[in-house]
Amino acid sequence: MALNKQIFDTLIVGGGGSGLRAALQLAEADHRVAVFSKVFPTRSHTVAAQGGIGASLGNMQEDNWLWHMYDTIKGSDYLGDQDAIEFMCRKATEVVYELEHFGMPFDRNPDGTIYQRPFGGHSQNFGEKPVQRACAAADRTGHAMLHTLYQRNVRARCQFFVEWMALDLIRDYEGAVVGLVAMEMETGQVMLFQSKAVVLATGGAGRIYRSSTNAYINTGDGMGMAARAGIPLEDMEFWQFHPTGVAGAGVLITEGVRGEGGILLNSQGERFMERYAPTMKDLASRDVVSRAMDQEIKEGRGVGPDKDHVLLKLDHLGPDVINKRLPGIREIAIKFAHVDPIKEPIPVVPTCHYQMGGIPTNYYGQVVVPKNGNPNSIVPGLYAIGECACVSVHGANRLGTNSLLDLLVFGKAAGDHLVEWLKTNPQHRDLPKDAGDFSLSRLARLDSSSSGESVHEVGQELRRTVQNHAGVFRTEQLLSEGVEKIKEVAERVKRTHVKDKSKVFNTARIEALELENLIVVAEATLVSAEARKESRGAHARDDFKERDDKNWLKHSLWYQEGNRMDYKPVNLKPLTVESFEPKVRVY
Amino acid sequence: MQLDKNRKERIIWRSRRGLLEMDLILERFLSKHLDSLSEDEILVYDGFLQLPDNDFLDMAMGRKDPQDILEIALMNKIRNS
Ligand SMILES: Cc1cc2nc3c(=O)[nH]c(=O)nc-3n(C[C@H](O)[C@H](O)[C@H](O)COP(=O)(O)OP(=O)(O)OC[C@H]3O[C@@H](n4cnc5c(N)ncnc54)[C@H](O)[C@@H]3O)c2cc1C
Repeated sequence: MALNKQIFDTLIVGGGGSGLRAALQLAEADHRVAVFSKVFPTRSHTVAAQGGIGASLGNMQEDNWLWHMYDTIKGSDYLGDQDAIEFMCRKATEVVYELEHFGMPFDRNPDGTIYQRPFGGHSQNFGEKPVQRACAAADRTGHAMLHTLYQRNVRARCQFFVEWMALDLIRDYEGAVVGLVAMEMETGQVMLFQSKAVVLATGGAGRIYRSSTNAYINTGDGMGMAARAGIPLEDMEFWQFHPTGVAGAGVLITEGVRGEGGILLNSQGERFMERYAPTMKDLASRDVVSRAMDQEIKEGRGVGPDKDHVLLKLDHLGPDVINKRLPGIREIAIKFAHVDPIKEPIPVVPTCHYQMGGIPTNYYGQVVVPKNGNPNSIVPGLYAIGECACVSVHGANRLGTNSLLDLLVFGKAAGDHLVEWLKTNPQHRDLPKDAGDFSLSRLARLDSSSSGESVHEVGQELRRTVQNHAGVFRTEQLLSEGVEKIKEVAERVKRTHVKDKSKVFNTARIEALELENLIVVAEATLVSAEARKESRGAHARDDFKERDDKNWLKHSLWYQEGNRMDYKPVNLKPLTVESFEPKVRVY
Repeated sequence: MQLDKNRKERIIWRSRRGLLEMDLILERFLSKHLDSLSEDEILVYDGFLQLPDNDFLDMAMGRKDPQDILEIALMNKIRNS
């Protein structure tokens, strides 16, 4: 079937913080750039970010990029690439001041400089004492950032394809990426887009977990597209969790609740944190609390009919303290957990928050894969930025506020690199004859099915499997069972069936397509996690409790074909400074 | 009134938001009320969908109120779903 075609210089899939930042760089250089988004760009998930953007402006106390670099490397448990981390921390002040110049309404100090907040893990002088490094716009940092960047893009006449879903990349016979296939939701029309380069900026895939802080749109489409085009996914075993999300909903209960005296209980009413952290108890660090909660659940001491959560009790604080100091929490508990914490405990569970892994890139955002002995050989014409990419600056664990920074730094870097690259690559390459056939065959399967699996049920099984087998508490048995189970789920995904065969705004069909992306990420996560026999950062195994630099100081690469693992070295060599050698991580 | 399918699907998709809280609130609201919304209510709801997520959330949580009487009535349905 002949598909209609449009031609651009660059196509950007994703209108969140990273996609908009890259688009701006290109549009202001007068390139023909198109941005695709499943939802209106300012409703991308970046809108949820509250905490801030990390940059060593030094407005509150003395600070510099090298200290920020050290904190990031230590946070990453030494799995981050030190060239990319130096690049990001050095550029941080520049991208924040640029954003200020674009009109971002940052909080201010009385002297007019940008106010900076304290945030866990940020320190002065290589871990000596805390430093305030987070730049924020009240509790709407992500929202303000999206609006600021969107307005600038409109001014630069960037073209938006809103409510369009990118389906697959198009690679030519030499492996270069020459465009993509996308579907307009409103009409169901499928179209070819030819370009000199494609940038994936599709955000994270937190929806593979049953309990997730991510909005429903975070289905990992960019990673699905990359994997289907033969590109491996890097470090997918590393997911950051927050200890207290409302069970069944995922909405966060801030850690301030435990600071005020809230305690965690298991099904026996036991304050179990006393066993895991006798001194700090419920105030132990995030990862310790999350792991203890998950272990209680895995060992059968969870609460509820499915024994799948624990309880956060605060009624003993009394209505006055709750109303005065935690009013927002009471509101959230009533709305999303249907309990009033003045009378009853809140059901909570460790909740997936952020994906450290993703599509492998260098610090210009170019996608890199192993080829002919080079572990980082460039895929011509393909870039990835933001949460869907793995640069890798977050390594095994992200430092808070470094994600928004990552969007700005690497969004801009990819845009700049493309502007140069387009000068030396002025021609469009030809689309292969069969461009589009693969996507059409995927749609044809859905259009012709007369029976099969329910997308909703298979999706539930996927999320349950990932939550139960690749949660915070990991053992060989849990993981290897999980690998087998997720393979079964993958088979079911191939047999999904949607009743609605219409073309126009067929949300059931869109969800079936999203499920085909979620399963890619879920398989990558379980297989990579089972393979890594050590504990590092967010990947904590009960059977291999220590970090093992001798055997595992390396990045995982998962290939969809054959569900196969490969590895590549971590870059321990920064751009200009001495390497930070791996040390035991203590806070 | 029976909403035609396309309009219904468009509303369902546009109720996918950037904030998880809004996804949850609107999912609950639509599952209860989508099939029985009046023409007026649909127009009002379309207006809500244009709101920035954070403003929409403030209203849905009762921290802010809409202006118009029809809006208040529909917002109460959303709040109580
Ligand atoms: C509750 C919460 C709070 C956070 N707070 C902070 C914080 O304070 N500081 C910090 O640094 N980080 C924070 N983070 C993390 C940070 O917000 C995210 O990592 C970041 O916003 C991701 O941005 P992005 O540009 O990669 O993708 P997103 O903003 O998720 O955008 C993805 C875009 O891709 C589009 N898209 C996806 N698939 C397709 C497709 N198939 N076709 C077309 N378009 C598609 C979507 O429509 C969307 O426009 C927080 C995260 C959460 C969940």
